[in-house]
Amino acid sequence: MALQYSLFVALNYFHFMNLSLVALTPFIGAVFVALVSRLGRLHAAWGAGAVALLALAILSPLMVDTFAGQVFVQRISWMPMLGLDIVFRLDGLGLLFALMILCIGLLIILYARYYLSEHDDMGRFYAYLLLFMGSMLGIVLSENIIQMLIFWELTSLSSFLLISYWQTRQESRVGARMALAVTGGGGLALLGGFLLLGEIVGSYDLSVILASADVIQNHSLYLPMLVLVLLGAFTKSAQFPFHFWLPNAMAAPTPVSAYLHSATMVKAGVFLLARMFPALSGTPEWFWLVCITGLTTLVFGAYVAMFKDDLKGLLAYSTISHLGLITLLFGIGTPLAAVAGVFHIINHAIFKASLFMAAGIIHHETGTRDMRVLSGLWKYMPHTALLAMVAAASMAGVPLFNGFLSKEMFFAETLFVVNEPWGWLLPTAATMAGIFAVAYSLRFIHTVFFHGEPTGLPKKPHEPPRWMKVPVEILVFLCLLVGILPALTVEPILAVAATSVLQGPLPPHDLAIWHGFNTALVMSIIALVGGVLAYLGRRPLAAFQERIDKKLEFRRFYDHLLGKLFKYSGKITRALDTHSLQRMVFVFISFVLVLGMTGFWGSEFTLTGDRALLPIDSVSALMTLIIVFAAIATVIMHRERLIALILLGAVGLGVALVFVKFSAPDLALTQLSVEVVTVILILLALYFLPQRSPKESSTLLRSRDAVIATVAGGSVAVLVWAVLTRPYQTIADYFLENSLPGGGGTNVVNVILVDFRGYDTLGEITVLALAGLGIYAMVDRLKLSGSLHDAEDRPWDKNIHPVIMASFSRLLLPLALLVSMYILLRGHNLPGGGFIAGLVTAVALVMQYLANGVIWTQERIPTNMHVVIGAGLFIATITGIASWLFGYPFLTSTFTHIHWPIIGEFELASAMAFDLGVYLVVVSATLLILIHLGMVHSQSHLAKPRKRIR
Amino acid sequence: MEALVSIIIGVLTACGVYLALRGHTFPVVLGLTFLSYAVNLFLLVMGRLTIGSPPIIAEGMSGYADPLPQALVLTAIVISFGMTAFVIVLALKAHLEMGNDHVDGKHKS
Repeated sequence: MALQYSLFVALNYFHFMNLSLVALTPFIGAVFVALVSRLGRLHAAWGAGAVALLALAILSPLMVDTFAGQVFVQRISWMPMLGLDIVFRLDGLGLLFALMILCIGLLIILYARYYLSEHDDMGRFYAYLLLFMGSMLGIVLSENIIQMLIFWELTSLSSFLLISYWQTRQESRVGARMALAVTGGGGLALLGGFLLLGEIVGSYDLSVILASADVIQNHSLYLPMLVLVLLGAFTKSAQFPFHFWLPNAMAAPTPVSAYLHSATMVKAGVFLLARMFPALSGTPEWFWLVCITGLTTLVFGAYVAMFKDDLKGLLAYSTISHLGLITLLFGIGTPLAAVAGVFHIINHAIFKASLFMAAGIIHHETGTRDMRVLSGLWKYMPHTALLAMVAAASMAGVPLFNGFLSKEMFFAETLFVVNEPWGWLLPTAATMAGIFAVAYSLRFIHTVFFHGEPTGLPKKPHEPPRWMKVPVEILVFLCLLVGILPALTVEPILAVAATSVLQGPLPPHDLAIWHGFNTALVMSIIALVGGVLAYLGRRPLAAFQERIDKKLEFRRFYDHLLGKLFKYSGKITRALDTHSLQRMVFVFISFVLVLGMTGFWGSEFTLTGDRALLPIDSVSALMTLIIVFAAIATVIMHRERLIALILLGAVGLGVALVFVKFSAPDLALTQLSVEVVTVILILLALYFLPQRSPKESSTLLRSRDAVIATVAGGSVAVLVWAVLTRPYQTIADYFLENSLPGGGGTNVVNVILVDFRGYDTLGEITVLALAGLGIYAMVDRLKLSGSLHDAEDRPWDKNIHPVIMASFSRLLLPLALLVSMYILLRGHNLPGGGFIAGLVTAVALVMQYLANGVIWTQERIPTNMHVVIGAGLFIATITGIASWLFGYPFLTSTFTHIHWPIIGEFELASAMAFDLGVYLVVVSATLLILIHLGMVHSQSHLAKPRKRIR
Repeated sequence: MEALVSIIIGVLTACGVYLALRGHTFPVVLGLTFLSYAVNLFLLVMGRLTIGSPPIIAEGMSGYADPLPQALVLTAIVISFGMTAFVIVLALKAHLEMGNDHVDGKHKS
């Protein structure tokens, strides 16, 4: 009921332009884009652009108030009893990220349209990209942290799809799998952290968590929770030692790298740090864990970046380093450091996305990304070179470009511990990283665009298509604009984002190029000069690096771990899976028995309860004897398959009688008709199977099986006895009381099926339909040659359709159909209903097939059963949806009494339409199964059997 | 009466388990059918035994059998038919593809 109701609520919400729609639009758009891509190659690109613009349009009305400091929270009730709601939140930080995701996403969509070649499937690319965009928006707009985690994992999954976009390439698959393993593993840790956090605070809502810093930080579970949350953030943001997935993810198409590995996905980790900053920061644990990780990553990434020959490899390590810088800033934990962290998030996204795009252009137009081959491109693509130079200068932290501003704020913040012992380490390491950054930026520009003439390039270089450069131009223009006029451009969004990071007043900060001659400026100058020197002296450095290179390959460690994991899981699987169903079933049943018995023995348990027993009458005792005898005889005779089947049928009829005895007429009718259908079905199949089972088990094995079967049967009997002799409480009174006034039917079982628990029934007929279709798929066009002899080598009777039976069955058909209609219609009030009527109809029709042959009958009932199955499911579902139109939950039934001439008063219930759907599915699925098995037969009668199958 | 029901369900389970442990597909299908009989009966009697008062609302009736297990079992019967059908056709197909009807697709002596 809760689910049905919430579906209904969710539908109502669609009438509003709202926050949840911002995150949902890309998901819906992904399907749309995948579909329109069939119309033409470029439709997907246009479609994706339109979707991103639409999401932006939905977001924009909310922006004004967010800038004014308002926090939007939109709550959709999901499972309120469990405290689970779907809640979206828009505050400054969320807005900043949403804008970055959408705007840079738009530029990437434009860029990718020119980047992808004609062999690449545009629809798939843009659909994945939108999936990713939606997941990312979901993270930054979530108020509930469990919901945030769901989107978090969705980014891992969708980025897996994007990285492995070129599926035929081994490196793509390896890179994608590595990214998924590391970030997905981190996601699991994060789930643990969030659950602990929820336990500590007592709520999964961010607004509560952010206000509970004291409770959280004084709790005994603070440290384990912090470690788990940080593991999530560090793996996502490629922090040391989890950084290795990022360079390997460079196997992705460059637009993906530009989007995921600079502006969005890896930013999710630092977003988490920023989001949780007010709640988790300010403790020594936070300071040490986050600072050390950030500092190591900053220096390590920058160092390795200097020696990468691959353009994208260089940018990947540079990204790692910059993410380390942001992490370090949040680790330092002063309000100003947090502001600097947010600022650097913005700047890095802008310059790194443009650099990746520039690298993509270079690769696209020259055919290589190897800096040992590339040189002197200035002559051939000056425009691109200029754009790359501006972006690289920003990355290096050169004044007048945006990277300089946040880097200088960073340098200033590293100084706050300088008077502590070892306090000089932080600014020194920061300056070192600055030197490396200048060196690799210089290398990027100098090697690629200057440094002699280009020789040995796969393609003759030239400028890319005009529109491919537009996204880069926009971003580079922003680099300059922010770098020169920070207070006029970036300040408002930075202020509102930083306020929501701090959850308090903003510290005084001055976004200006010139702050006077201070220590930070000195550090910048050292970095610039040192970087140039380091680049000039790169040969001895490179030689040194050559020697320690192998030791820095963390990928080997990962591969080693993964190899071990596969090896051991393979061993466990081989130990448990014995490739023998018999042994597995034996282990399974024994295990269940042991488990059940341990439960029995451990407790104070009397076998017989105090419920009054029903007296035994002689007929019941006789029936029990017959059932028991037939069942045991089936087992004894099981190798004579036909006889075993007949005995099984007898047991089934006995079970139907048990249903009759214990006041379950509906069940008895169902069991009776199912029994007929089942026996016919098994008979049909048996025709093609060996008529006897060979004696295959040893006496020992059979005795073992007999023992375990007896123990299992005995345990179940004891269990039934123990239950039946005890009183119980039922929830049935509700159904009994409401069946007539609420459901309009006196047959409570049927009312439960089509009304109270209609949702279950809908699921069940779907399962039946699928079983029918599955069987159809298996036997369609199957040609089998059956035996011409029975088990005793007697030939089958030539007269397969006896005249008397054929005539009678034809006469009986209308009568049988009439009966089934009667059963269907009366089902709401008396034993009957869709299931039983469906089976009766199926049996009546199957009888025609048996008596008159498949071909004769097929000519007269040419109905395509697939259509009937579909129609049945459609009618049942439509009946459910119809109640939405009247504002009721899914599958609410209604009924009325109308007066028909001659017939009299007649009840009309919407549940009857539902039951009709059930009826159609049961008839068609049953017939589909039986007819197609029968068709196999008829072919075998026509075809000459090649050999006898025994 | 409770004892008789316990015996029936116990015997059906025992037969089902024994047949499910056989090495050829056909007896295993029979075994699964037995097990579904047993389970369906088991579910029904969880509503306790009631004689002569089906859950059909009528004037002058006071107690009714528990309708809820009945509704559950009704669909379970139909679903177990679907399952039996699927398994037997699977067995058929396996027999055709493998040339034998052993559950593991191989001959054992």
